[in-house]
Parts: sequence; C-alpha cells; structure tokens
Amino acid sequence: MQFRKTWLMALALTGVVALSACGGNNGGNKAASNNGGNTPAATNTEASSGANLSGSILASGSTALQPLVEQVAEKFMETNSGVDIQVQGGGSGTGLTQVSEKQVDIGNSDVFAEEKLKDAAKAAELKDHQVAVVAIAAVSNPAAGVDSLTKQQLVDIFTGKITNWKDVGGADQAIQIINRPASSGTRATFESFALGTKTEDLKGSIQEDSSGTVKKMIGETPGAIGYLALSYLDDTVKTLNYDGVEPSVDNVVAGKYPVWAYEHMYTNGEPNGTVKAFLDYFMTDEVQTGDVVELGYIPASKMQVSRDVAGTVTPK
Amino acid sequence: MRGQPTNKRLEKHHIENLIGRIYMSFCVLLLIVIIISMVYFVASKGIANFVSGEVKISEFLLGTRWSPEAETPSYGALPFISGSFLVTLLAALIASPLSICAALFMTEIVPGWGKKLLQPVIELLSGIPSVVYGFVGLSVIVPFLRDTLPGQGIGVAAGALVLSVMILPTITSVAADALASLPQNLKESSFALGATRWQTISRVILPTTFPAIMTGVVLGMARAFGEALAVQMVIGNAPFVPHSLFESASTLTSVITLGMGNTTMGSPQNNALWSMALVLMLMTFIFVLLVRMLERRNKI
Repeated sequence: MQFRKTWLMALALTGVVALSACGGNNGGNKAASNNGGNTPAATNTEASSGANLSGSILASGSTALQPLVEQVAEKFMETNSGVDIQVQGGGSGTGLTQVSEKQVDIGNSDVFAEEKLKDAAKAAELKDHQVAVVAIAAVSNPAAGVDSLTKQQLVDIFTGKITNWKDVGGADQAIQIINRPASSGTRATFESFALGTKTEDLKGSIQEDSSGTVKKMIGETPGAIGYLALSYLDDTVKTLNYDGVEPSVDNVVAGKYPVWAYEHMYTNGEPNGTVKAFLDYFMTDEVQTGDVVELGYIPASKMQVSRDVAGTVTPK
Repeated sequence: MRGQPTNKRLEKHHIENLIGRIYMSFCVLLLIVIIISMVYFVASKGIANFVSGEVKISEFLLGTRWSPEAETPSYGALPFISGSFLVTLLAALIASPLSICAALFMTEIVPGWGKKLLQPVIELLSGIPSVVYGFVGLSVIVPFLRDTLPGQGIGVAAGALVLSVMILPTITSVAADALASLPQNLKESSFALGATRWQTISRVILPTTFPAIMTGVVLGMARAFGEALAVQMVIGNAPFVPHSLFESASTLTSVITLGMGNTTMGSPQNNALWSMALVLMLMTFIFVLLVRMLERRNKI
C-alpha cells in the first residue's frame, strides 16, 4: 500500500515537472517568433538589442501604476527571454519602504519619495524615474447639475463650508463627499493641486480605497462628489471642469490643467544593467505612445511642463 | 514483506516510529516558533509609538481625533475601537437568533430533509470570499438602505448586516453540533412527563446547550471583529464615533487595510496602525479565553 502511494506521488511529481517544462518551452517559442516579427522596431530600442540580458527584477508598490508596469514587463520579457520580472502591489508606501530597504529592485509610487519617507537621507538615496503622468478630475453625480467648479468652491465643499449643491449653482441637493483614505496618493495629488490645502475627514464623509468603488458610489449616490483619474471617467459620472478648464489629456500635456502627478519608479541608487534596460524600455516611444496611452495614463515624455518636489511647474 | 524475519520488521517499525516522532516534534516546534514570533512582531511594532513617546497610550485608546496627515498629527483610535465593537455586537444580535433557529430546525424539528437541505446551504455561505460579500453589500444592501432609510445607505447598519450573514455559518454549525450531541434520554424524559415539543425545546434543550451555543456566538463575534474587506467596502470609513446606525464609521480592520499600504514602515502613522493590530490581537485573546471558559462550563 505504502509502496503504491510513493509510486503515485512520484508519478504526480513527474507530471508537474513535465507540465512546467512545457510552459517554459511555450514561452521560449513565443519570444522567438515575436523577435522575428518585430525586428525593425526591436533593433531600435536599446533594451531588446540585448538578447543576452538576464536576471530577475522585483517591483512593488502603487496599485495605480501596477497594471501599466505589468503590461510593459510582459512585453519586455517576451523580447528578453532571460529576464523574469515580478510586479506586486501593496501601495506606494510599501513600494518606497521596500526599495529603500533593498527588498525590491523597483519601488512604484504615486508621490515623490521625499513626501512619504520621513528619513530625508533615505529618500536622497533613491533615484526617481518618472514614467507616466496621471491626471485627476473632480467628478459628481450627474444629477447634481453643475458643470464647473472653481478652486475656492472645491475647497469650500471639501472642508464642509458648502453642503448643498444649490450654493454652487446646482440642484437643491445635499452634497455627499466620497473621499479617498488620508494616506492615499490620489488624495494627496487632488489636495495639493486642486485644493492647495490638506483637508480633514468630515463627519459623514465616505472613504473608499479603490477607484472602481469610488466611481460606483458617485454614480449611484445622490449629490455625491469625489475625484477620479482620467482613465476611470465615463458617462456614469459627471466630469467637472476646474476653474473653467476641461480635464483633458491635451490640457494636461500643455500645462493648462494643473491637477496631475507623476507616476514614479524608484531604484535604490543607479540601476544595474537589466533594471536600467527595463526602465529605458519604459521611456521608448513604443511604450510611451503605446501601452501608456492605451491604459489611460499620459506619457511623461510628451509633457510640455515639468514639476519638482516642491510643486513648482516650469516649461520644459 | 511478509516473509521477512521478525526482528527486522521490528527494527523497521522502530525506525518509522522515530522518523514520525522527529517529524512531529519539528512541526510542533516550528508552529510554536511561528506563533511566538508573530505575537512578538505585532506587539513590538504595536508599542513602538508608546515607547518612543510619539503617542500616549491614553491618547491612542481614548482620543477621538484621527488625523495622521495633519500639521499636528493626532492618533486617537477610539472611533475605530467603538466602531469595531458596535458592528460586531449588532452582527451577533442579528445572526444569533437566526442561527439558533436554523440549528433547531436541522436537529429537532426536521432532522431528515431539513438537515440535508439546510446544512450544505449554510456551509456554502462560509466558502464565499469576503470581497464578494462586500460587493453584494455595496450593490444590494447599500442601495436598499439608501432608498428606505435616512442616510446614504453606507454606514454601521450596512456593515452589521453584511457581517451577520458572514457569521451565520459559524454560529449555526457550532449550535447544531451542540444540539445533536445532547443525550437522547433528556428529551425522552421531557416528552414522557407530558411536555410538548416547544416546551422541551425552550425549557430543556436550550438551557442545557446554552454554554455551547454561546461558544458559537463568541466564535462568530471573533470572526466579525477580525473581518476587514467586506466591512471596509460598506461602512464608509469616516474616522468618527457614529451617532446613528446609518452614519459612516470605521472599524479597526478597515483603517488598517486602508492605511497599511500607503504608509511607510517605521513612520508614526504606520506604527499607530500596528497598535490597532495589537488591539485586535488582544481582543482575539479575550475571545479565545471566553470560549475556553464557556467550554469548561459546558463540561460540568
């Protein structure tokens, strides 16, 4: 009986090994055929010229940036079969902590490291790679009856001074704030660049963690107001103009619409060969005008203005 | 195998015994080390803020203002502690009568098809992931509450309702086990004295199984107290002590899940979240202690 069990176990193990071997083969074939098909584009980029690139990259952090990094990593691994990239979420704070403690190679963050890490020396060790831009728009329930809000009106709403839509020219409907948690990067961006001030959580306000839930709540709750990244906007919510400026990609790129932030990929010191190749690949036109736009981010390379840690905007 | 000399078989038996013992001791040791290190880790991170003097223990436990990102940060966790207790107690109040009735139905009233039908359904409930409960709560319970009651639907009531469904299986299965293990002669002697089924249930069965049923209730409350995701989605997460059941509030777990990823390790805000984890762990100890006490009473 025992003998038979051992035998069965061995058989099962062999099966698993054989299956994983098949998986490996498939991956290899795919990469090879892709190389063949993409030759003109592939030879242009520094990244894919190194077919001999190898090693593994571990990235963690911002969940807002995660889908983009995952998709780009997938492509990068197809052209460089020796490279293995793993992308984890966990939040910007986790990403920054882990990269500064060298637990991961890349820490993804929605905010500058200097804003999150209390230890300035640790923040100074990190090298910033700004791969994309995310713009955030104030949105309301469609029945609120407002098209545009000024900065002051937004401040008054989010600090609880104005509590009814009729005070800003809308319907007679109580305002329901759908906020993000105090530590969220999206909220930090909205507060710094749309409100210009930090806000306290108001009694009765609602806080949700994911953009999907925020959108659902704003669409369903009468009188709701909140903010979302441009990639999440659709007809279920009303996108509000900010001081009369429409939150569009063109306005962000031209520096007319101010509520945006970089998506950062931090490395601890100068990145090594494989990590550098991956980050360089991120900045190629192929990714910047391809994957970045496709997933609803704004290419960092297209921005006509740049912004530093202190929030000072300068034309490029 | 059969033809081998006896002493060799004995030897093999001894070796197997030894290997088994070594393997067992290794597993047990590993488990003990893991538990001790977990407790140590949570406790050491949880008291970091108090040791460094960043936050006073009294401010943390009794302070009502939670604004870690403000110019002068304050770390009062009372809104979350009270929120956790409120939703847990409410969930237990809603779920216990339902669960006890379901258990009685399965064991006393229709032990045949009732058990066959109800048990798999209730076991199914415990297999549903909590994010699904949260989403159902957000899509069904919240709009329902918003349309029928004051407030925006999101709040303590929605959290308690979602939790009560989640703890139904725990209470029901423990209560059903307790009822099923009741000696048959107790019931028979009650019937022999001329008592009706309802009299037997209310005067004999429920009083004798009460401690065991309470064990189920406490286990359910422990689950409700520690549940994070589903509650976080429907409770609203405003850091205030709620004055109404239809008002946005927070629980310890919802604040931890919302804040942990966005804060950096070692920052006072992150450490305050660990202090909340420590409070949760101490509460779990208390729940375990309660269950132990109830079990002891059950034996007598």
